[in-house]
Amino acid sequence: MQSDRSPEIGSTVAIQKNVFNSLLSKLKEQGYEIVGPHVENETLVYAPIAKLEDLPRGFVTEQEAGSFRLVYTGHTRYFDIIPGAQSWKQYLFPSRAELFTLRKADGTWNMETPRPTAPAYAFIGVRGCELAAIQIQDNAFLRGDFTDPIYRAAREKAFILAVNCLHPASTCFCASMGTGPRVEGDADLTLTELEDVFLLNVGSELGRNILSGLPFESASAFVLNAANRGLERAAQQMGRSMDTSDLPDLILNNLDHVHWREIGERCLSCANCTQVCPTCFCWDATDTLSLDGNQTRRERVWDSCFNPGYSYQAGGNTRPTIHSRYRQWMSHKLGTWKVQYGTFGCTGCGRCITWCPAAIDITVEIANLRKEIR
Amino acid sequence: MATHVHSHSPASPTERLLEPVWAEVTAITPEAEGISTYWLKFSDPAVAAAYTFQPGQFNMIYLPGYGEAAISICSDPESTSVIGHSIRFVGNVTRAISRLKVGDVVGVRGPFGSAWPMKEMEGHDVIIACGGIGLPPLRPAIYHIMNHREKFGKVFLLYGARTPKDMLYPTEFEEWERAGIQVQVTVDRADEDWQGQVGVVPMLFYRFRMDAPNSVVLTCGPEIMIRFVVYEGLARRVPADQIYVSLERNMKCGQGSCGHCQLGPYFICKDGPVFRFDTLQPYFNVEEF
Repeated sequence: MQSDRSPEIGSTVAIQKNVFNSLLSKLKEQGYEIVGPHVENETLVYAPIAKLEDLPRGFVTEQEAGSFRLVYTGHTRYFDIIPGAQSWKQYLFPSRAELFTLRKADGTWNMETPRPTAPAYAFIGVRGCELAAIQIQDNAFLRGDFTDPIYRAAREKAFILAVNCLHPASTCFCASMGTGPRVEGDADLTLTELEDVFLLNVGSELGRNILSGLPFESASAFVLNAANRGLERAAQQMGRSMDTSDLPDLILNNLDHVHWREIGERCLSCANCTQVCPTCFCWDATDTLSLDGNQTRRERVWDSCFNPGYSYQAGGNTRPTIHSRYRQWMSHKLGTWKVQYGTFGCTGCGRCITWCPAAIDITVEIANLRKEIR
Repeated sequence: MATHVHSHSPASPTERLLEPVWAEVTAITPEAEGISTYWLKFSDPAVAAAYTFQPGQFNMIYLPGYGEAAISICSDPESTSVIGHSIRFVGNVTRAISRLKVGDVVGVRGPFGSAWPMKEMEGHDVIIACGGIGLPPLRPAIYHIMNHREKFGKVFLLYGARTPKDMLYPTEFEEWERAGIQVQVTVDRADEDWQGQVGVVPMLFYRFRMDAPNSVVLTCGPEIMIRFVVYEGLARRVPADQIYVSLERNMKCGQGSCGHCQLGPYFICKDGPVFRFDTLQPYFNVEEF
């Protein structure tokens, strides 16, 4: 029984897969810049998409510590791929953003501050862990006492279509971090992909509006059960897990433990983990001066606690050793973050494990630390 | 360097990210080898009129093309027509600042950070223990005490410099003494004219009697000096919640956003730089944290 009414907020409807193209067209008509997972240059990225066929149907990613492979298996699902290095962070918290430009004329600096503008993004295919990461960054950038105008400009307009994960990667541990595989946060629409249909849970007025007028039917108990079973299976198939029961104390009470030095011998301090991490929010401000000295552009760029300059100051480097930088990173993610913002700074997405060239695994390191203390 | 600056009016306070306001250098006071005090006057009279700060707070000083440096305010909080910043020329930005002349213009953001607990100190003896460039962030507290001397008990300034020539504000010590602040100074290395103490700041604690339970200790300086000042204070039974330290870290934003200045759960630019010692205790002795 097809319907062209508006679905209720909170309800779950089913659409034929090809109807998704109409949904995307509608988003585009409403002015959204649609981005989603896409295979480009033989890897998986987030990029502008226009139609269902732009999604990585048939592909999976094989992920292990220090290893990422995009593999074509020919499956028929559009959303059944675990993300690569990129995250939605690159849209909400761009890696490089102009703060202001100064131009000197007649010995006077004139300041031009760009109005923080961003397209209205429609994020298609946000995983539970990724939605949790966005909400964690909200805590850092949209505080009561300080609002980041660049972040806010993009964030408040973003349309989020989240996706329930049915086949996690071996590096995933969202179930133990409480962020997945079922989408738990607030999304405009949350999609579950079954063999024949997409189920869409309506999370907001915006989501309802996008669906209204499209041919949908209310989801039957049968398909809802199938989705639930799939999500339960996914939670059990999680490749890794993190015991958070004694965090953050395990870390904060053992900051002097020799284990940190042992990790420091393997860590290259390359900063990959912080660049792929969807919650890492550290940034630096830089001036780029023109050769004639009459113009300078001040920019905000991603920084990392693994960069030697990060903690450099007049008195010397606060963290001159690699192990002290790794300890800073992990003790922030799984320790002091909780004190600062009430949540961990880790969602269990596994990117830092996959993209570490030394194959350092945060779940293993925590387990080892715990073992060595006992 | 720039001589004059126009700017758009700043956006609302919570929306401003890193745009400075402009201030003119009205005077430069050489203090010691490699350290001068820059007196700044805001170019916009409305900004100047609205600007207040508390002892212990800092500004971000910006030089176009070079970047920003976090600099403590070293002048009297009750006299804000010009704001003093004693700057040691040690990095890219501060070395460029050393080439400024009177009349040049710099960018300023601030004030940022927590303050010395001037209110809580009332009725207590005060021991100010600092070394080197750690004195400037304490000078506004000294001025505040002088402005309201009757509200405080005995006040001691224990100050150490590397050599007599590195001593900051020596011409003011007499005035501070007259205002009822006992000034004890020491140097790491004497020269032929030096008649005073030689040694480190914590040793000065042995030179006077203190009413420890009724004393508040304020300290700023090299981390190793802070460490031993805290030990001396605690050893003499000054309660940990009556010892205050001001810490230094690499700072970029001043609003607890960029992450650089973290120490454990704290953003030093926002939650500090002044901390009550008991809140720092778990992280204080962790090496390279």
